[in-house]
Amino acid sequence: MPKLTSAEVQHIASLARLALTPEETQQYASDLSAILDYARQLQEVDTDHLHPTASVLPLRNVMRRDEARPGLGPAEALANAPEQQDGYFKVHAVLEGSQ
Amino acid sequence: MSSLPQTIHEARSLLRSGAMTSVALTEAYLERIVQKEPQIHAYLHVAADAALAQARTADERRAAGQDAPLLGVPIGVKDIITVQGMPATAGSRILQGFMPPYEATVSRKLREQGAVFLGKLNTDEFAMGWSTENSAYGVTHNPWALDRVPGGSSGGPAAAVAAGEAVAALGTDTGGSVRQPAAWTNTVGLRPTYGRVSRYGVIAFASSLDQVGPMTRDVRDNAILLEAIAGHDPKDSTTFPEPVPSYVDKLEGGVKGLRIGLPREYFTEGMHPGVEKATREAVARLRDLGAVVEEVSLPHTDYGMPVYYLVATAEASANLSRYDGVRYGYSAKAPDLLENYLLTRGSGFGQEVKRRILLGTYALSAGYYDAYYLKAQKVRTLIRADFDAVFEQYDALIAPVAPIPPYRIGEAPTDPVSLYLLDVMTLPSALAGVPALALPAGFIEEDGAQLPVGIQFIGRPLDEATLFRIGYAFEKDRRPETEDR
Repeated sequence: MPKLTSAEVQHIASLARLALTPEETQQYASDLSAILDYARQLQEVDTDHLHPTASVLPLRNVMRRDEARPGLGPAEALANAPEQQDGYFKVHAVLEGSQ
Repeated sequence: MSSLPQTIHEARSLLRSGAMTSVALTEAYLERIVQKEPQIHAYLHVAADAALAQARTADERRAAGQDAPLLGVPIGVKDIITVQGMPATAGSRILQGFMPPYEATVSRKLREQGAVFLGKLNTDEFAMGWSTENSAYGVTHNPWALDRVPGGSSGGPAAAVAAGEAVAALGTDTGGSVRQPAAWTNTVGLRPTYGRVSRYGVIAFASSLDQVGPMTRDVRDNAILLEAIAGHDPKDSTTFPEPVPSYVDKLEGGVKGLRIGLPREYFTEGMHPGVEKATREAVARLRDLGAVVEEVSLPHTDYGMPVYYLVATAEASANLSRYDGVRYGYSAKAPDLLENYLLTRGSGFGQEVKRRILLGTYALSAGYYDAYYLKAQKVRTLIRADFDAVFEQYDALIAPVAPIPPYRIGEAPTDPVSLYLLDVMTLPSALAGVPALALPAGFIEEDGAQLPVGIQFIGRPLDEATLFRIGYAFEKDRRPETEDR
């Protein structure tokens, strides 16, 4: 299996929204290559007619009544916000020309 | 200090007889925390005032003729489980200062049953690790050998219980994080059946694997604590509706006639001879007690490590996407939104967490999903089938917990594959969702230190009662290790 390149790690890091230093990128390229190489042994297992296990539970489609219940109020929901304004979470503008 | 009760059941009888108040008991434990913490560092947060207030309330309730299973008993909680009024960091810088606006169902249940919360206990960041060395807030030291790790990720709870800094504690086990630190600190730790205990209010790592588990001084306490936290929760749709049995009532059934399997795949190449010896001795002891122990095979055991590290990291990469620097937790406060995401997460998460997010993102990404994530989920089906097959003929399995005894702080293997193989004996049962109870099985003497070794009993889904029954008989037969650390 070819080793992961720094460019591939950078791509995954951007998907995961992680800023990495060049040293971290190199280290993770080597780490991930080793782990994925080890994981290649799974390919030797015949799984053609098997269902994937997403959950081990025998439970399916657990329903509850659709009724109003108390939830978090605005003050509680915002209590941990790094920045807030007028009862909202505050983020930087993402559209051009907006403030 | 020698009269200080060290178990829930001892504390309870003193409190019930009036020989000790909860305030006196809580003060004594807080004093012990002050004494021990400079060497151990099990706690990330000690809530002395709140604990004493809860103890006073417990004493008032008792004076008014009330009782409850944990009334007035001081316990600790791993810092990945939310408790109202206490910070929750999950051992991560990204949650520094986070005050949860609600609390976990397990904490609410303990509170309702009268427990006193001493504080929050150290963990590897987001429960990802073996040692607490991945905590952003410093490593916890093993009470049995202070230069060694206590195991992890629930190393704080394990060390606190072993050092007598809490009567009992709650940890979490995603791939072995309750059992391995229990084995390395001479304490008892249970990974319950997946779905037996609510995950509501527990900071998520891998949602198809995470379970809260009791960490205690003995098996009886573990049964008491599981009874207190188990059961259906409308707030967690993955909890079983089946009623919780009385585990304590069934402790004394003995092991005579029970059929116990010894999986041959768990005797791995790199295993420390002391671990193998302790396991063989445990088998001999169970046979002496009347159990039938036979070698069995779980043929897909070796695939547990790669399956786990693809499935758990994929789930983690999704769960940890919520840390965005906008709604709670650390924010890098960069000048634009994308940059803020990148820098907040890049500097808020530690090395191991980033490695796992990257691995999980890769396993889920276009072009690799089928080869890695889907393949892993299919092999997971085979791992579960291994357990289903042996449990048709055996009541439980006995196996080692970790291939080596606790290592020196800073001396973990450096390559990720060797590191991830440390979990090889706890991963398959976690992937299968079956319960497993780890308990003390002896010591390895190394450089003048007594290093604890554990064994685990693995059981059928929802059959924790049989594990407690075997564990209780096994523990009773061993020389009790009550020495205080």
